[in-house]
Amino acid sequence: MMNFQLIGVNHNSAPLDVRERLAISEARLPDAIRTLVKQPGVDEGMVLSTCNRVELLTSSREAADLREFLRSYFGVSPDALHSHIYEFRQSEAVRHVFRVASSLDSMVVGESQILGQVKEAYAVARGLGAVHSALEALLSRAFAVAKRVRTETAIGSSSVSISAVAVQLAEKIFGSLRNRTVYVVGAGKMAELAARHLIARGAKNILFTNRTYERAVQLAEAFSGKALPFEQLYETVGRADIVLTSTAASEPLFRREHGEQLLSRRKNQPMFFIDIAVPRNVDPEMNKVDGMFVYDIDDLQTVAGNNSNERKKEAERAEKIIEAEVERFALRMKSLAVVPTILSLQEYCETIRQAEIDRVRGKMGALSQEQEAAVEAMTRGIINKLLHTPITTLKSTAAEPEAATIHEIIRRIFNLSSSNPNSGKSNK
Amino acid sequence: MPLIWLRTALGFYGFGLLFAVMAIWGERERLTRITLPAVALGAVFHFVSVIESLKLGGADTSLSVHQVESLLALLLMVFFFAIYAIYRTASPGIVVFPLAFVLVLSAQSYSGPASAAVESSPFGPKWIIAHIALIMVGYSALIISFVASILYLLQEKNLKAKGFGGFWSRLPALATIDEIGYRVLIFGFPFMTFGLIVGSILAEAKFGPDYFKDTKVLLSGLMWIVYSILLYTRWSAGWRGRRAAYLAACAFAAAAVAWVANIHP
Repeated sequence: MMNFQLIGVNHNSAPLDVRERLAISEARLPDAIRTLVKQPGVDEGMVLSTCNRVELLTSSREAADLREFLRSYFGVSPDALHSHIYEFRQSEAVRHVFRVASSLDSMVVGESQILGQVKEAYAVARGLGAVHSALEALLSRAFAVAKRVRTETAIGSSSVSISAVAVQLAEKIFGSLRNRTVYVVGAGKMAELAARHLIARGAKNILFTNRTYERAVQLAEAFSGKALPFEQLYETVGRADIVLTSTAASEPLFRREHGEQLLSRRKNQPMFFIDIAVPRNVDPEMNKVDGMFVYDIDDLQTVAGNNSNERKKEAERAEKIIEAEVERFALRMKSLAVVPTILSLQEYCETIRQAEIDRVRGKMGALSQEQEAAVEAMTRGIINKLLHTPITTLKSTAAEPEAATIHEIIRRIFNLSSSNPNSGKSNK
Repeated sequence: MPLIWLRTALGFYGFGLLFAVMAIWGERERLTRITLPAVALGAVFHFVSVIESLKLGGADTSLSVHQVESLLALLLMVFFFAIYAIYRTASPGIVVFPLAFVLVLSAQSYSGPASAAVESSPFGPKWIIAHIALIMVGYSALIISFVASILYLLQEKNLKAKGFGGFWSRLPALATIDEIGYRVLIFGFPFMTFGLIVGSILAEAKFGPDYFKDTKVLLSGLMWIVYSILLYTRWSAGWRGRRAAYLAACAFAAAAVAWVANIHP
């Protein structure tokens, strides 16, 4: 029987600076997954790394030490992680995966980005062959459950995405966004989504910059904006009222002294920095400068979380759906566990049937077509009727505590083995 | 009759006071729907009271302290409704309504003849009224600008502290508050300037050139200088936030001192 195991940190268990140290970029994700599935005991593995969580999901025949992997792969000391890590096994792991995919574990319950992020992580792992059977079943079911939650509850209807919150804050600072200039530093879906929202609210001048200039040009064309070389970032950023940062820089691009210089250049006109990067691109100290407003990902999500009262009620309904689905999934997994036994039984009986037909043919000589058909139908009928009760019993008792005992008894009676279904001997 | 209208206005301004108190806790949108019409009606009665009071003065051009207070309160309400019409925000009411209430409460509390706050003019009553009205518009603008500075500071602090919900979420955008403060300042400056010029001409005509050495006049001049500095720093260096608020507070303080020196000698 496969063991599901999940270990990780999220916005509830670890502050941003801990999550920053464990964050895995898209470029490093395949390497992390390959390293994960090489861990002793791990059969399948997936890594989910977003701004709010880093989680490792595995399925294995025996328990694997994922804490050790976490520590050794990231080079983080055990003390730094100990109080922040959570770990789930079996049905708890299944429940957590369903909750995450359905956005019930998100800081903004009901947000829609997480499902896409889980799907992307799944696609990468599947592409590497790290997800194939048990995790494939789990994740496929998780996506279906997420869809069901979203359809049957209103959890997503009043959700506030980070982009919408960013616009809300920008309007709180600038009032109307008409004729405001937005500067997008870096790229990424969330940054693009936020830019789209800002444009929808009236921001007219959109500037783009990226370490890869061609990428900035692409975005500028898509948004009818203007691309600027990354080397001119500090000279040009003063033109913007709203700066959206989303680069993979490991150190902040903007610090307090930049804020003071910008304010002086802009004659004390305020600036709003929306920093959705992890690690952060803007030093939080810059928020202390008069006229500078800096919001990182946690800040945005806290604001969004303040609109969550209604979503909480829908979340309660969603939790009930999740519970039912976890039970269903567990039953299904148990039912699947009997499949090899049923297959072995069927193959064993088929082997005997074929052997007996061949023996009769040898004694009676060639049979006519009609006789062949009659013998085939009769022997199949006998086998099916004989196997009906054992197979039905196996399926119906799959979820019961004595399921393993029943499997064992049937295997012994028919001398079945999981690796050699033809090892059973016929009675003579 | 003017006193009756004034007291009626006071009653309606009571709704405004309630609004200011409840705004900090309650659902302001519902309150606004009741308060604004009530306060607007109060302003109408107030206006009638002021006009009648001036008409009843007739040849006697002296204006009492209470009449000046009443006029200031009316002008504050006019500014409030102008801001509401343009920006659709009732936030300044949090300070303006209580202030107007207190001024009108003081104005209606006296029912007999009072010592004149402003003496008669050799040029006739219209010049005195013009001087008072112009100065009061300037004062109102300074008060509203000061209120806007305080609201700006509060909103800026809230945004920086990343706290949301409750009272702070109902304040208008930072840029809106800033614009209100600045536009009101610009609007009030020429009124203040012309009011002081008219006052200087009247004073010189009545008391001679030595009148300028009077403390009241010097304090009024100081107030005008601080007002000018406030406008200039805003225009040239774009001063906002804390610095602008401190300067606005200085201008407000100078105006308050000048007010006391001139109206309550």
